[in-house]
Amino acid sequence: MTNVLDVHDGGLMTTVLEEHAGLHVSTMPTLRIATAGSVDDGKSTLIGRLLHDTKTVFEDQLAAVHKASARYGDGEVNLALLTDGLRAEREQGITIDVAHRYFATPARSFIVADTPGHAQYTRNMVTGASNADVAIVLVDARHGVVEQTRRHAFIASLLGVHTIALAVNKMDLVDWDEGEFDSVVKDLTGFVDALPTPVEIVAFPISALLGDNVVSHSTSTPWYEGPALLEWLEQLDVATEGSGAARLDVQRVIRPQGSDYRGYAGRLAGARVAVGDAITVQPSGRTSTVVGLQRFGRDTACATPGEAITIELADDVDIARGDVLVLGNAVSTETVTGQVCWMIDRPLEPGSRWWFKHGTRVGRAIVESIEYRHDLTTLEQLPADELRMNDLAVIRLSLSEPIVAEAYVSSREGGRLILVDEATNTTAGAVMITTTS
Amino acid sequence: MSAAPQGPFGDPPFIPTHQSRHLEALADEAVTIIREVATECENPVLLFSGGKDSAVLLHLAVLAFAPARLPFPVMHVDTGHNFPEVITYRDEFVERVGARLVIASVQQSIDDGRVVEDEGPRASRNRLQSVTLLDAIAEHGFDAAFGGGRRDEDKARAKERILSFRDRFGRWDPRAQRPEPWDLLNARIRKGEHLRAFPLSNWTELDIWQYIKAESIPLPTIYFSHRRVVVPRDGMLLSVGGPVEVEPGEQPFEETVRYRTVGDASCTGAVRSTAATIDDVIVEVAAARITERGATRADDNFSESAMEDRKREGYF
Ligand SMILES: Nc1nc2c(ncn2[C@@H]2O[C@H](COP(=O)(O)OP(=O)(O)O)[C@@H](O)[C@H]2O)c(=O)[nH]1
Repeated sequence: MTNVLDVHDGGLMTTVLEEHAGLHVSTMPTLRIATAGSVDDGKSTLIGRLLHDTKTVFEDQLAAVHKASARYGDGEVNLALLTDGLRAEREQGITIDVAHRYFATPARSFIVADTPGHAQYTRNMVTGASNADVAIVLVDARHGVVEQTRRHAFIASLLGVHTIALAVNKMDLVDWDEGEFDSVVKDLTGFVDALPTPVEIVAFPISALLGDNVVSHSTSTPWYEGPALLEWLEQLDVATEGSGAARLDVQRVIRPQGSDYRGYAGRLAGARVAVGDAITVQPSGRTSTVVGLQRFGRDTACATPGEAITIELADDVDIARGDVLVLGNAVSTETVTGQVCWMIDRPLEPGSRWWFKHGTRVGRAIVESIEYRHDLTTLEQLPADELRMNDLAVIRLSLSEPIVAEAYVSSREGGRLILVDEATNTTAGAVMITTTS
Repeated sequence: MSAAPQGPFGDPPFIPTHQSRHLEALADEAVTIIREVATECENPVLLFSGGKDSAVLLHLAVLAFAPARLPFPVMHVDTGHNFPEVITYRDEFVERVGARLVIASVQQSIDDGRVVEDEGPRASRNRLQSVTLLDAIAEHGFDAAFGGGRRDEDKARAKERILSFRDRFGRWDPRAQRPEPWDLLNARIRKGEHLRAFPLSNWTELDIWQYIKAESIPLPTIYFSHRRVVVPRDGMLLSVGGPVEVEPGEQPFEETVRYRTVGDASCTGAVRSTAATIDDVIVEVAAARITERGATRADDNFSESAMEDRKREGYF
């Protein structure tokens, strides 16, 4: 039996499947996708198509879909049934929730957060998009860009999703007309150009039902020269290194009994850190040098953002959970302004108190003011006395503990916090910091 | 599996080759979740069945706190209907990582009159496990229980959160799930409540196997092919002996099989398989995913029991 406490050095997982020759080796990181679309635009069909065409579907699931499709009697296999857990729920009026799907190709693994598209479920879209590298927004080619589409694009941009794949679906129903496609693309591009945070739109003329331009290029669209949706997703470059400085929000201090070892555990964000780097501890402002780095209990010379690591320092500084180790300059603040998505029934009012969590720091927050509420359709900024579930707004908060805050646009990790209801402990709001004072 | 597996992108069978980076990212995520919950909660426990998912979970938990010891105990909900190989394995693994093992016994729940066992040769103790688990959580005052559940197991699981809250009666209210934006986990609970944490939420079955290989994580021997006397029942091949008795009219026979999951021996089916090594199993799992309907299948039990297996693994 292998001793899992052994500290192996190097070679971690690099041997996996190398011997399964004949396939090229890709180093593309896993792509996290959020999908959004109005009801009946074909989202279930598209996800079903991706799962099916990448052979992710288990035989038994497929058999069940064949059986159900035969029962409905239209002869065609209805791929939407693969993901239809949600539909049943929608009809019964129970939970409508983000569902996660997984598929992989030889080039890449994908995680899909499937977010239901009802207007009132903004919070699901926020949850799905918060972890996404890219959003796929579906539009029915016959209906073009609708209010929901604009809403989804806006939310994606607020959450810092840099690229939206605009899937113009049901192209088969508009005779694969290039003009129809172009007008949808132009419409949405015009809208996102007016958004405060820039978003890139990449559009695909597809038929989720028939598979055109989903996995491979379609002969029905000779005028379209771009890649199929999946080909594009496989190659999409997502920046793993943010533009911010390296930061480690300390989760826990690891101190084995009977040993001098003292390691600060957390998930690295922003940029790389290496042994020898000088760091500052916030909010105390003390400085030290990195003398040891471990990931998965094994020594490493350098760590990259996203990695769950442990840092050893040269000096015996006082560091606790909630503190932040930063490379370079950072300041602590006790007031922030930010975009908020409100997620619970209890309204948010000026003067109300909540728990907050930012990184690993937990404390109390008071809402100083609601600056304005967004009208998601017109992008107007409206005054508001309170925020209700699914509202998006800008608020100012005072915090009981200083945090090392950054603007969300420059650091996802430093620029986000959640508000928690003191009475029920449920997560009440997601905040993207715009101003750190 | 006799059918030559065909990949969607041509032969050889489709096994992703970018797995190294993918697996490491999954492991980073899991370690982060384990550290966070273990630090926010006062008295966590890790549920360990001896199955492959809980082996990966325990392995990651050990790595999360290295070089310190695992800061919480490991709990086995023991139905009493075990594969002996799994118990041996459990004890060795737990001892090797230096964890404290808590055994919550379904037999004890029965003896104490907390639950009533079904009668008859087909009675299963699966259903009774929940009571034993909740009693143990209350008895030890655990406020968080790590489980190896994965979202790819079934449709309902696909919507499970990483943190799942249980009220004082141990109930889960799917309507009251907390939103989970980013990875800012909110583990606040009231006294008497507890939460289940699923660090492997985003892993697929194939990820699990590839990680086991990459990290040389030991597994119970029953995961690999061996000869065993089995009896076909309800579309599954049940191992004869222990809790399973041959009923009149049934014909036991010896077969080369392995298990895809370890559970209560009275209702966990074996699959016909010659996969004797991790590599064989990975190819088999990859092939099982990609075999088109209509392609030759080794036997019908394969998919049926697989479905059953996944459901059972989702039990916790
Ligand atoms: N003709 C055509 N029909 C489609 C296409 N995609 C989806 N549909 C149909 O549109 C309907 C709604 O699709 P569904 O995937 O259930 O929509 P959802 O509500 O967005 O998940 C179904 O009847 C689908 O078969 C397409 O590309 N072409």
